[in-house]
Amino acid sequence: MEPEDEIYENGGGEQPPPRSKPIISGEQLDVETYASLYRDRTKVARLLFIADRCDNGAMPLEALRMEALRMAYDEIKKGENTQLFREVVNKIGGMLGDKYEMDAAWCETVDRRAEQKKEKLENELNSYRTNLIKESIRMGYNDFGDFHYAHGALGDAFKSYVRTRDYCTTSKHIISMCMNAILVSIEMGQFTHVTSYVSKAEQSPDALDPITVAKLRCAAGLAHLETKKYKLAARKFLETGPELGSHYNEVIAAQDVATYGGLCALASFDRTELKNKVIDNLNFRNFLELVPEVRELINDFYSSHYASCLEYLGNLKPNLLLDIHLHDHVETLYDQIRHKALIQYTHPFVSVDLRMMANAFKTSVAGLEKELEALITDNQIQARIDSHNKILYARHADQRNATFQRVLQTGSEFDRDVRSMLLRANLIKYDHNLRASRKL
Amino acid sequence: MGSIENLVTQIQGLSGSIDDIAHLHNILKVADESLHAEPSALSSVLDQVDPAKHSLGYLYFLEAFTSGPVSKEQALTLIPILARFINCCDAQQIRFAPDKFVSVCKRFKDHVLLIESPLRGVSPMRAAVRKLQTTSEHLTTLHPDFLLLCLLSKSYNIGLSVLEDDIFDVDQPRDLFLYCYYGGMICIGQKRFRKALELLHNVVTAPMNAINAIAVEAYKKYILVSLIHYGQFSTSLPKYASSAAQRNLKNFCQPYIELATTYSSGKIAEFKIYVDTNREKYDNDKNLGLVKQVVSSMYKHNIQRLTQTYLTLSLQDIANTVQLGSPKEAEMHVLQMIQDGEIFATINQKDGMVRFLEDPEQYKTCQMIEHIDSSIQRIMTLSRKLNAMDELMSYDPLYLSKVRTCFEILRQVTVVSEGFVSSGWEGATEIRL
Repeated sequence: MEPEDEIYENGGGEQPPPRSKPIISGEQLDVETYASLYRDRTKVARLLFIADRCDNGAMPLEALRMEALRMAYDEIKKGENTQLFREVVNKIGGMLGDKYEMDAAWCETVDRRAEQKKEKLENELNSYRTNLIKESIRMGYNDFGDFHYAHGALGDAFKSYVRTRDYCTTSKHIISMCMNAILVSIEMGQFTHVTSYVSKAEQSPDALDPITVAKLRCAAGLAHLETKKYKLAARKFLETGPELGSHYNEVIAAQDVATYGGLCALASFDRTELKNKVIDNLNFRNFLELVPEVRELINDFYSSHYASCLEYLGNLKPNLLLDIHLHDHVETLYDQIRHKALIQYTHPFVSVDLRMMANAFKTSVAGLEKELEALITDNQIQARIDSHNKILYARHADQRNATFQRVLQTGSEFDRDVRSMLLRANLIKYDHNLRASRKL
Repeated sequence: MGSIENLVTQIQGLSGSIDDIAHLHNILKVADESLHAEPSALSSVLDQVDPAKHSLGYLYFLEAFTSGPVSKEQALTLIPILARFINCCDAQQIRFAPDKFVSVCKRFKDHVLLIESPLRGVSPMRAAVRKLQTTSEHLTTLHPDFLLLCLLSKSYNIGLSVLEDDIFDVDQPRDLFLYCYYGGMICIGQKRFRKALELLHNVVTAPMNAINAIAVEAYKKYILVSLIHYGQFSTSLPKYASSAAQRNLKNFCQPYIELATTYSSGKIAEFKIYVDTNREKYDNDKNLGLVKQVVSSMYKHNIQRLTQTYLTLSLQDIANTVQLGSPKEAEMHVLQMIQDGEIFATINQKDGMVRFLEDPEQYKTCQMIEHIDSSIQRIMTLSRKLNAMDELMSYDPLYLSKVRTCFEILRQVTVVSEGFVSSGWEGATEIRL
């Protein structure tokens, strides 16, 4: 316990005990473990994204890149998407040895198989259509959708899935249609469709099973994240139940839910909401266990240990930049979190010593002054800076004077506006009279 | 000659009561032609008629006498005669023949300008304006001429005293445009930017069918004064501005609008470069002085923004933030602003620090209470005026007939829609209005 009259530094504290190696952590991403969280198309997409991002020639990143491309190759070979295959082979460019060369024979076989399958599906579909059996037509379109998806024709897949809508009879069919449409839309990046299909699925009359509910919440959260509505995204992610587990691996992993939800909440919630919905949220705690760094940083923020919170954020940054959904939001979210930290720091005090504050945030006094100036001009902090003594003084506007000032100003504006209005009315009247007299 | 003698006796006789003067006016109107036929003969007659008592007659003689071109020497002799007449004529009699009076005054103005001493014309014109006005809210054709003389002779204060009156009745829209434009320029000269903005705003947003040059020039000045006074400018005109103005004004004022956008970026060096490259254009419009004031206002606005965030700031920091050369320059700027009352601060020269203070106005003094009270009175009068105008318009037969037509249409639509409802869609008939 510190003696009462000593001003003590905010942001110190003992180091947390070291813990076991998590997957999304401050250390360099382990591509294999990262990729094992996902399956199907999103796995490939994420690996390719990592490879693109690492494309600047630095040695450790180069190794990462090659690893990612290698795994992508293996994964694609398991599927039937020859277009992606060609892309990956181009990117590898022969640098991984003979085993990872262009396998033209495989491509040909796959393509031929695809052609045959397509014909077969078309014939089946046509026969079902002539027979007008609703269920078969629906299955036919569904199969078509799956086929297109497997071969990377996402637009066609989406269209096929949507066509099944007319032939859906039970709510289960509707839900499966919605889930398929959502999956394809996320891959295509069309998040408006995602939101509409999520709401459609949620409106279904039957009760949905908890896994589907969790999946829908994740999808909705992703859609909000992409449209930069961080508060709504955070809410959706936080409402996701722990039943999600690894059932939605074709889109998102549980670690991602924790990271996205945690960061968005930190950037957009106020203190009470943060406490109620994140820290005291038992369901979400299960997710946070998977990414202990995010959990630590949220707790640090809430207990005002800003230096360590910002340190965790800094460590997480390089890996987050490799994430396919979060990468272009990282900067904004980080800025928002930093601003919130600054505002929260100054809020309870009448005067703050800028030197101590700079220490707490591990930055220089000059830099801190610039940041505070921006926040004050934006009206986020009500204070003024004493640049000579380097102190921040809280400043509360004098209501009485402000009211008088506003009143006088409004009065003079009214005066001016009414006078010009009367003048204009007279001018129009004159003009009208002139025209009337001319007509006569 | 004989008819003129006749006229003189009639004038001297009939300048008593109002009815006499009306009678006289008719006689004069008839005799006007003959007067114009022999202008030179009138010079002797003028001495016989007293301008103060027989103003109307004198006016007719004077108008006929001064018609036609004059040379500089003639102008010199004429000016004192005209000035004397204007100063001592009877306002009531003058109002019988306002257009004659206006043309006499205009000629007076032309003479004064011809001999290049506008100052001589200021006082008589002011008297003329006051005499021609029916009420203090009336804008006459002479107002712009008066303001022009004030501008040319740099006697801004006299111009300001006339500008203080609010204007509501207008004879001719063109007068209003010129009046507001010249008035704006006078206010700019006296650094009363708020009033200047008001006047220029009136020109720019006045109802007009087609763009005129006065509006274009006024808009250019409006942009510049708006930057000086408020530090910002919005290119969108309010909704009540005429559509002609909204569409076309911007096209004529391109360099100024670009100036405004450069200003809002806040970078002083870039702004100065822009001003220098377009120097000639501003010079041609005679706005270069105003543009220089815009440049210095940029520093002022930046410093004012600093007062919101800082309690004390070193002169060096001010110089850096506002992009001035040295702390000395910063000190000079701040000192100037304190003297002008634009900011409240104290400079500590020992530390090189400036301490920003709050506005000391407490709104507790007697003057402030009087000010608030008079503002309230003023606004109450204004709203009474507004109500009166609204009432007047609601008695207007044209308005009533239009309202009646609207009601008719509305009634018919309701009847037909009820028909739809009762007879169902299949039985619906066409709407005929």
